[in-house]
Amino acid sequence: MSRTPTTTDLSEEAMPTATTTRPAPGGPAAPGEHAEPGRVAGGLFDAGQLLRSLPEALRKLDPRTQVKAPVMFVVEIGSILTTVLAITDPGDWFGWAIAGWLWLTVLFANLAEAVAEGRGKAQADTLRKAKTDTVARRLATTDPDAAEERVPGTELRVGDLVVCEAGDIIPGDGDVTWGVASVDESAITGESAPVIRESGGDRSAVTGGTKVLSDRVVIKITTKPGETFIDRMINLVEGAARQKTPNEIALNILLASLTIVFLLAVVTLQPFATYAGARQDMIVLAALLVCLIPTTIGALLSAIGIAGMDRLVQRNVLAMSGRAVEAAGDVSTLLLDKTGTITLGDRQAARFVPVDGVRETELADAAQLSSLADETPEGRSIVVLAKERYGLRARHEGELGHAAFVPFTAQTRMSGVDLIGDDGAVRRVRKGAAAAITGWVVERGGSVSPDAREKVDGISAAGGTPLLVAVDDVDGPRVLGVVYLKDVVKEGMRERFDELRRMGIKTVMITGDNPLTAKAIADEAGVDDFLAEATPEDKMALIKREQAGGQLVAMTGDGTNDAPALAQADVGVAMNTGTSAAKEAGNMVDLDSNPTKLIEIVEIGKQLLITRGALTTFSIANDVAKYFAIIPAMFAGVAGYEGLDTLNIMRLASSQSAILSAVIFNALIIIALVPLSLRGVRYRPMSADQMLRRNLAVYGLGGLVAPFVGIKLIDLLISLIPGIG
Amino acid sequence: MSPVLAGVLQLAALVGALALVHRPLGDYLAAVYSSTRHLRVEKWIYRCIGANPSVQLRWPAYLRSVLAFSLAGVLFLYLLQRAQGSLPLSYGFTSISPHQAFNTAASFVANTNWQSYSGEQSMGHVVQTGGLAVQNFLSAAVGIAVAIALVRGFARSRTGELGNFWADLVRGLVRVLIPMAVIGALVLVACGVIQNFAGIHEIGQFDGGVQQTNGGAVASQEVIKELGTNGGGYFNANSAHPFENPNGLSNLFEIFLILVIPVSLTRTFGRMVGSTRQGYAILGTMGVIWLGFSALMLWTEFHHGGAALQEAGGAMEGKETRFGVAGSALFSATTTLTSTGAVNSFHSSNTGLGGGLDLLGMMLGEIAPGGVGSGLYGMLIMAVIAVFIAGLMVGRTPEYLGKKIGTREIKFAACYILVTPTLVLGFTAASLALATPPDSILNTAGNSVHGSGAHGFSEVLYAFTSGANNNGSAFAGLNANTQWYNTTIGLAMLLGRFLPMVFVLALAGSLAEQQPVPKTAGTLRTEQPLFAGLLVGAILIITGLTFFPALALGPLAEGLA
Repeated sequence: MSRTPTTTDLSEEAMPTATTTRPAPGGPAAPGEHAEPGRVAGGLFDAGQLLRSLPEALRKLDPRTQVKAPVMFVVEIGSILTTVLAITDPGDWFGWAIAGWLWLTVLFANLAEAVAEGRGKAQADTLRKAKTDTVARRLATTDPDAAEERVPGTELRVGDLVVCEAGDIIPGDGDVTWGVASVDESAITGESAPVIRESGGDRSAVTGGTKVLSDRVVIKITTKPGETFIDRMINLVEGAARQKTPNEIALNILLASLTIVFLLAVVTLQPFATYAGARQDMIVLAALLVCLIPTTIGALLSAIGIAGMDRLVQRNVLAMSGRAVEAAGDVSTLLLDKTGTITLGDRQAARFVPVDGVRETELADAAQLSSLADETPEGRSIVVLAKERYGLRARHEGELGHAAFVPFTAQTRMSGVDLIGDDGAVRRVRKGAAAAITGWVVERGGSVSPDAREKVDGISAAGGTPLLVAVDDVDGPRVLGVVYLKDVVKEGMRERFDELRRMGIKTVMITGDNPLTAKAIADEAGVDDFLAEATPEDKMALIKREQAGGQLVAMTGDGTNDAPALAQADVGVAMNTGTSAAKEAGNMVDLDSNPTKLIEIVEIGKQLLITRGALTTFSIANDVAKYFAIIPAMFAGVAGYEGLDTLNIMRLASSQSAILSAVIFNALIIIALVPLSLRGVRYRPMSADQMLRRNLAVYGLGGLVAPFVGIKLIDLLISLIPGIG
Repeated sequence: MSPVLAGVLQLAALVGALALVHRPLGDYLAAVYSSTRHLRVEKWIYRCIGANPSVQLRWPAYLRSVLAFSLAGVLFLYLLQRAQGSLPLSYGFTSISPHQAFNTAASFVANTNWQSYSGEQSMGHVVQTGGLAVQNFLSAAVGIAVAIALVRGFARSRTGELGNFWADLVRGLVRVLIPMAVIGALVLVACGVIQNFAGIHEIGQFDGGVQQTNGGAVASQEVIKELGTNGGGYFNANSAHPFENPNGLSNLFEIFLILVIPVSLTRTFGRMVGSTRQGYAILGTMGVIWLGFSALMLWTEFHHGGAALQEAGGAMEGKETRFGVAGSALFSATTTLTSTGAVNSFHSSNTGLGGGLDLLGMMLGEIAPGGVGSGLYGMLIMAVIAVFIAGLMVGRTPEYLGKKIGTREIKFAACYILVTPTLVLGFTAASLALATPPDSILNTAGNSVHGSGAHGFSEVLYAFTSGANNNGSAFAGLNANTQWYNTTIGLAMLLGRFLPMVFVLALAGSLAEQQPVPKTAGTLRTEQPLFAGLLVGAILIITGLTFFPALALGPLAEGLA
């Protein structure tokens, strides 16, 4: 909606704020997926995706690609080694079995990554359809009616001016410099309702690939072909631009060092075993190594990262870097614009407060009459309240006989009606900002009673906006009473903020209101802090202050004057409806332009980290059981080391079945955890303590116990095969 | 009183004494290392060594000071031993061979005190008291200094400065180790430990023949041997020798001396980072492991299955009757969980599982409570690793004490945990794979190709575990005075001491540069028992996974037989 100044602008909101309240659309979701509204959740996962991704997974076996995942590269070397050994002794079914399952382990890891990437590719294809080759109508001069030449969209340069008329596809990203048009942006946002784009102000940005539905605009191109928003979007969802995030790199270092430790443990085992008189088969050592190195997390790490970005895309948020997604998980201060985020876009009439000696219905009647010509949401809410509370039906011009309506303007800051009675007497009814009405009454020779002033001040102090209602008729000019306009806090916001507080995130409400009003709304909404009468400079100063204290700050913004703050914030989410300057400055763009989504973005960031941590813990805890399977299998049969059979607590059938079971479990667990890594670990807002307790119990203890059960079951199965048990 | 009850009471007495002392001592240490004042004697020392104690050093400079000082120590000790033949008060002992002199010099500078020699048969007064005992003080002070530098890394922000090594070193000596050693030595003398400069006494034996007994400044060396978690005995029998450790009381006091500084340093840590509860979480982690190991050790030594052993009230082989099973088991668990390496019984004679506990205690990295200084920094490194994994699980970039554990930090921590496993497993494997080193294994009771089985393997594994972790205790049963073992164990000791210090100081520098992250409800609370429990689990699992195959082929195969 537009930021038309209203009668209520006693305390003008200084900053442009995003006020979109339309529902979040489904977005360009991949086939077979549903973006769930509200809470963090991933798309569903179906087994067909595995099959479709198989060719890509096989392609990734190329050592040059595989080496990028060091843990799995080690497994691939193990697979090659065991295959060669199996070939030299083709009669040994055990060698073939181990080699086969090691290959499957690598393949499963590649499959996980391929499936994650495949989901992005489906989205990229949808986007590519929007990026059809366009012909641009380039203008020779800045004159909107200058001569045009037709050039391919790909030849446009930054600064070129192009004309688009109804039916044209906008050839590149840019700003409208002349005209107004309605634009269909569904190719990017998935939202079918057209949006208005006009020159100047905060709604001038247009995106290449979107379609002009009406009117004619001149657009100044601001991005080079190939670097447009849609190009970047395609790169992002395809994972082509994916860089490892700082946390992922750190985790990779830890995994690499664990791999080295286990490599060392296995390589040195051979001399130890030889000394014990139990030289080990290379195939068995390769199997042990693969079981010990953290293959589970190593296999799923990149899938988790891709899926995290994907979850954002499903919510119509584009992160310009993975770093930003990770930073979102760390955010400790959220700056939220009041209007549109915390409160509904508009103030609404909540009560009629008559001055002494005036009946409430009389006031309501006057307020309604004076608001009939006020098309602002505030004016309409007065009419609605009068009807709901006092049964006063809205009257139309015709019903009122001789009536001259005085429409609301930003200059007069009041609206009203002049009713000319049958006797020719004129009854003037006015409603508007306290100062404007006071002026009107005084001008007409009346005065505002102390009682009315008191009521006005009372409402202001309570955080509301007072509107005065006055009449001037046979009894002279006088004030009838006050309309109490209130900011309406969106439903469920208090609970949201409570959740955030439990997660350790401080919320700061940003508003142009005066401190009194701001405090009242802040208290009602339950935010931790507020910044009243905020200017862009104040906002910037607040961000810097928070950052100096070590906080990570996230904010949303859409206006050009938000750009510096968006750039300064650790997570800056620009609204898609915003200017290109804002979109350039932020590190995420919300295609739905829904500022409340910041909270979801934080949750997705956290979920990404939690999934990595949980699977790492699970992967390491798994190793304990594998040792208990493999070490007795290796040595319990050796004279002098029979005692090690005590460690075979799973009572596995034979040495070979024990080792094979461990390897099979190790491979299958990867496939079993693919859905979890794509969906992300279940996340509910709670304190760090509760979260750690829960995840340790599920993934730590679970990781310790699960393989004991799994290996035993696999062993039971394969020991049924003749010649193994 | 039953021996088991005696064991439990000794354990309780230790816990009580440490509970009493750690607060004042920890607070005192924090004050010493935070003070800006210099004592007069310290000023003299600074003038003599030409150091400016007020200059703040960044980590590379701090590290250079540590390494330069330690290198000088190695060279000095090496030359002193090589020149012993021409030194006075040497009982006529000759100069030490190059490889053994290298080994011994490395050993004492690295706070290991692995001894491939018998003190009373090779080292005179000058080397013992002027060289080895002095290094006992110096190497301990270096360890504390590095730990304090790491603590400062956590405590400071937006600076790369870690303090001044020379000030930390001198203060550790002048204000901590020397005064404590004087008091401790007096207590030991009161318990009956000898302190003299007498020569060799020859005492006739009942069955004919002559036994030689040395005098020496034993109490003064004994006290710093325990207090500085050094472990190098004046005599070959170490704390099993009646001149070093005459009775049950002196035994308990020596265990107390081993534990007192490492335990108190957790309080110092809490003080310096501004949250004593963080210190207690670390202490709790150490305490759980130490109590667990002690209890297991008591159990396995008391409940050995053999009939003769049961008759003796437990596995008495290799133990002194004046300490009994309990006094020996407690000493044994404590010495291997710290980097001390003093012994009052033969670890080789422990039960299979008991020997395994000794090995595992060292393999944990000697962090419960560990060596002076090294225990704290080793534990903090493990805490960094545990925080990293746990921190991810609460959905934030992991942070510890307000400092983010990012790529750089995890790189240094990961390198740290790679050092000792590489040294231990690498050198052990080489010793078994090569032709001659296995000949040093004296045990021949097995049935493998080399005829020494699991126990023989444990002997080699123990030697390198002890060396690389700077413990210094020996499993016995291995002739380590060969060129191969003197050289490799010497290298293991030096690399096992100073490579980790490189990573610790680099980590400290990286942490000190950071701006602290404020604590919120979303912050992982590392002062909670939950985190301490997680830390215990992480330590046991990571170490267990690394060494499980080796432990299986040594003590487990023996103990489970």
